[in-house]
Amino acid sequence: MSMRSERLAERIHARFGDDAELLHGTANELTLIVAPEQLIETATALRDEPGLEFAMLVELAAVDYLVYGLDEWKTRSATESGFSRGVVRGSPPVSAETPQRFAVAYHLLSLSLNHRLRLRCYPAAGDPPRLPSVNDVWPSANWLEREAFDLFGILFDGHPDLRRILTDYGFIGHPFRKDFPLIGQVQVRYDADEKRVVYEPVDIEPRTLVPRVIRDDHRYDPAMKD
Amino acid sequence: MAEIRSFTMNFGPQHPAAHGVLRLVLEMDGETIQKADPHIGLLHRATEKLAESKPFNQSIGYMDRLDYMSMMCNEHAYVLAIERLLGITPPLRAQYIRVLFDEITRVMNHLMWLAAHGLDIGAMTIFLYCFREREDLLDCYEAVSGARMHATYYRPGGVHRDLPLEMPRYEGSRFRSKQGTDKLNEARSGSLLDFIEDFTDRFPACIDDYETLLTDNRIWKQRTVNIGVVSPERAMALGFTGPMLRGSGIAWDLRKKQPYEVYSEMDFDIPVGTNGDCYDRYLVRMEELRQSNRIIRQCVRWLRENPGPVSIADQKIVPPRRVDMKDDMESLIHHFKLYTEGYCVPEGEVYAAIEGPKGEFGCYMVSDGANKPYRVKLRPPAFIHLSALDEMVRGHMLADVVAVIGTIDVVFGEVDR
Repeated sequence: MSMRSERLAERIHARFGDDAELLHGTANELTLIVAPEQLIETATALRDEPGLEFAMLVELAAVDYLVYGLDEWKTRSATESGFSRGVVRGSPPVSAETPQRFAVAYHLLSLSLNHRLRLRCYPAAGDPPRLPSVNDVWPSANWLEREAFDLFGILFDGHPDLRRILTDYGFIGHPFRKDFPLIGQVQVRYDADEKRVVYEPVDIEPRTLVPRVIRDDHRYDPAMKD
Repeated sequence: MAEIRSFTMNFGPQHPAAHGVLRLVLEMDGETIQKADPHIGLLHRATEKLAESKPFNQSIGYMDRLDYMSMMCNEHAYVLAIERLLGITPPLRAQYIRVLFDEITRVMNHLMWLAAHGLDIGAMTIFLYCFREREDLLDCYEAVSGARMHATYYRPGGVHRDLPLEMPRYEGSRFRSKQGTDKLNEARSGSLLDFIEDFTDRFPACIDDYETLLTDNRIWKQRTVNIGVVSPERAMALGFTGPMLRGSGIAWDLRKKQPYEVYSEMDFDIPVGTNGDCYDRYLVRMEELRQSNRIIRQCVRWLRENPGPVSIADQKIVPPRRVDMKDDMESLIHHFKLYTEGYCVPEGEVYAAIEGPKGEFGCYMVSDGANKPYRVKLRPPAFIHLSALDEMVRGHMLADVVAVIGTIDVVFGEVDR
């Protein structure tokens, strides 16, 4: 696999220039970072040009980097009162205007050459974030982009039918954003007096059973491996 | 003459052929479909978001509940993603056990698919035959994990425990004669591997039975031949994987092309179709049953001869043995930390894909170095296949929609997540 990814990396540099932002990640996976303006052009080139031939878009995943690298439980430094305990409630400490808050990762597969590539694109800052749709390049993007729109609120310009797909009819908000609470915003019950189902704000407290901690573990540090 | 106008019809969500909670809005011209608009999400429970709020190991059980017809294959993709981020490889015996159970799962899934698909389009008998064999495989799940369906058996670093040396047996009851009980226990007198081997001896004849019922059956062919035809180019563009892609004639199988675990050691063939219709996909899946049977036999042979550990020894990731905890402080601490806080996974992102029974089941995982995944995105094959439903059913009759839904092998646990 690594031979193959090296060969692919060479081809990508040959096609998109030596300054193409190509990351070598875990398990020999290649990630090509592309600006929103160049997305369609790059995608078409990746699909059609010999040596690349990514005929298939297998996966499209949106990521919200709002609280990336933030832990809920400080374990690195002790204070006079010992380590901090549990979780401090409140809104996420980063503002919603964070640049590069959202990213969309396109996972491409070439059946003829048997290699994979991840294409990552950061929509420009602003709400709602917008990206051009790759639906015309790979038709399989249709539902995947609808899902990313539904769960993250990313608008895909040029998509033929950008409706919500997984959430309920009439749902408000984008539930997979990191500032959307896990317990949701509303709860539903049947009201016997009104003889209909009513929506109310949730009345349960959000709970964290296990706080998020980040610990340095030198065993997995690539620099420490012999 | 009366004027004929097209109308809109609601198919599901409570329809036995909708395989769960599929709501289809069909625009019809008489009996002919002009447009199909699937409404999904009625079973959406935000598995990915839940997984982001829990330590890594606590979400393995959720993976079983995605595609609840191929439980261990879903676990496999999730566990594989964690292992790649951690940079660990399970011992060889664990890899063989995983391949063994992946294939058992594939057989189970295809049996369930065949039973339901047959029932949907009018072949009633096949249902009972398939469930008879599936029952034995569920017993294998139970023997190895304690649960018939939601096993939570694969763990990062290996599998939860070794294969049992004794297969659970039926107990006598007042509803069953002693003879009947003995007959049921005949294959269960030895270990789990004996039981599986006995199953693989019996199973090819069972597949012949199914094929006798269906393959040359006139009604079956009328319902499936030339229904839902997808060309190879179109199948690639639509993101098809698994039997849907192979049915269109593309020999693509991750087990062969990008082997994981010990699939590179296995001897098996990739069946492909020629026309890309429902009948070809049926034939592909039937042949996959036979090939899976071959792989299972190879695994059983290897596992008999090679005892060894089934998970890595690193107690930061795999819990210590129960016995050690009684008098070893270190083990007790490890156990406590592992089951409360979990382990931290180094920063990075990875996409791990396996060849699930329905197609490529992938898990894209982003970790920021915490004890919980930062983002988990699952790639359910049926979600992609269902998005092509509109294209596959256009111009067909209403009854063919059922055949196409069946051939996609859709399970809503994974489509809606």
